Amino acid sequence: MKAPTDYAHLEDQFQARIDAEEKIEPKDWMPDKYRKTLIRQISQHAHSEIVGMLPEGNWITRAPSLRRKVALLAKVQDEAGHGLYLYGAAETLGAERDDLLDELHRGEAKYSSIFNYPTLSWADIGAIGWLVDGAAIMNQVPLCRCSYGPYARAMVRVCKEESFHQRQGYEIMLTLARGTEAQKKMAQDALNRWWWPSLMMFGPNDAESKHTAQSMAWKIKRFTNDELRQRFVDITAPQAEFLGLTIPDEHLKYNEETGHYGFGPIDWDEFWQVVSGEGPCNRQRLKARRRAHEEGQWVRDAALAHAEKRRQRQAAKNDQKVA
Amino acid sequence: MTLAEAKYQYLLRMGDNALILGHRLSEWCGHGPILEQDIAMTNIALDQVGQARSLLQYAAQLEGKGRTEDDLAYKRDVMEYRNVLLVEQPNEDFAYTIVRQFLFDAFNFLLHKSLVHSKDEHLKAIAEKSLKEITYHLRYSSEWMIRLGDGTAESHQKIQAALDDLFIYTGELLTPDAVDQAIFEAGIGPDLAALQPAYQTKIDEILQQATLQKPEVKYMQSGGKDGRMHTEYLGYILAELQFVQRAYPNMEW
Repeated sequence: MKAPTDYAHLEDQFQARIDAEEKIEPKDWMPDKYRKTLIRQISQHAHSEIVGMLPEGNWITRAPSLRRKVALLAKVQDEAGHGLYLYGAAETLGAERDDLLDELHRGEAKYSSIFNYPTLSWADIGAIGWLVDGAAIMNQVPLCRCSYGPYARAMVRVCKEESFHQRQGYEIMLTLARGTEAQKKMAQDALNRWWWPSLMMFGPNDAESKHTAQSMAWKIKRFTNDELRQRFVDITAPQAEFLGLTIPDEHLKYNEETGHYGFGPIDWDEFWQVVSGEGPCNRQRLKARRRAHEEGQWVRDAALAHAEKRRQRQAAKNDQKVA
Repeated sequence: MTLAEAKYQYLLRMGDNALILGHRLSEWCGHGPILEQDIAMTNIALDQVGQARSLLQYAAQLEGKGRTEDDLAYKRDVMEYRNVLLVEQPNEDFAYTIVRQFLFDAFNFLLHKSLVHSKDEHLKAIAEKSLKEITYHLRYSSEWMIRLGDGTAESHQKIQAALDDLFIYTGELLTPDAVDQAIFEAGIGPDLAALQPAYQTKIDEILQQATLQKPEVKYMQSGGKDGRMHTEYLGYILAELQFVQRAYPNMEW
């Protein structure tokens, strides 16, 4: 066991490296809490990617043109890919993908609440690309400079693909907004339903956010929830105006003095309701994930059993050669 | 039947096969048995919908009535679809999905190996691009046939059951009709009957490695590619696939 003085010294050194903008790599010493915070954050992020496949996957078979179908398939596949390398990043910290998935399936691990809302029309696919991926980018671009190397590097790749998705989503919205009355109505309805949940994606107000201060000191986080939320509103409000759609917030107004858009109060009761597992689709999402996992058990078992048989046959062959 | 008509039919068959099988695979997206296989199946679905687009674009162009790939995909009803019965069969479980894919890939691979020598330059170009993808599809489905067949007792039983159910749909793949004959005589496509031995050899080779029994089939089911018959499943596929275009007709998406 290390003496407490040694430990304090290590922590000081660690913080000095962070302050000097050095990247922390898997084999470097790190405080236990730093490791745990990262495993929690990265696995939540990975879970969000794979649960996030469900609401959009819901429209693959119904995409209104073959071009849109291919783009949506590719997008949802990208999300599966993000899930893979994020689980990979979590594994560099000593976590096991199977354990992380078990936590998700038991309902103990969190994932982004936005995916607990339903996709009810084709316009929802546009709105998710535009707003949800837009908000995700706002959160994730600073993570490319996160102090933990493997996470930062994974995020560089994720962000490139996300910004492509975001443009695709906006283009779907633009096509609908320039379309017939029925299509405009569909687009407006999607904006109405996705706007507030998108603002909630940035998490509780800074005063309520329990992890922010430590995460900022460790440079896992670079901006606070409220800063990022404001930036999102500032960028998105003019885009909605360009589309000719109305953001469902009567308080939304540009403030000349601050140079920012002011916006109305967020319904935090709804936020906590969805976070606690009682949103519109929480049960369905978890059920779908659990079912895929349980029904896939025999496939994973077969793959392992077959690999083992091959290994044994190869070993037997090698023995024969030696004999 | 003129050669132009035969060509149009032939392209519809190929395009519809790719589209409907791509649709079935895409139903797995987000629900795969493991993340890596979710990605792999989506990959194949992407290839197939991509191939369907090229083929249906060309079909629409040949037809010369100003229709587009989307008109053909979204505005034809069941009896106008020309895909083989095999590809419209439901996913059921991963075993059915793999057997369906393998039985189709083995055919599709041989077909495309011939089509890269087609006298039709446009079809030849499509086939050259597709052959690379289909070579991978066949490798993927063959490997999973073997893994599941020679895996656990449970996986062996499941994949044998899927094979027993789906084998009856392999007959029409390589049974030539008037369209196939016209295409063969024009040097555009292969003599399907001549591909049969190679198809059976491939099936036998993989089944042997997978320790599976080839089902004894007295009667094959057919009618998809010549438009006489479909299974009831196709109507539901189209109801889903075409929903938006049917509910909101004549709009840009």
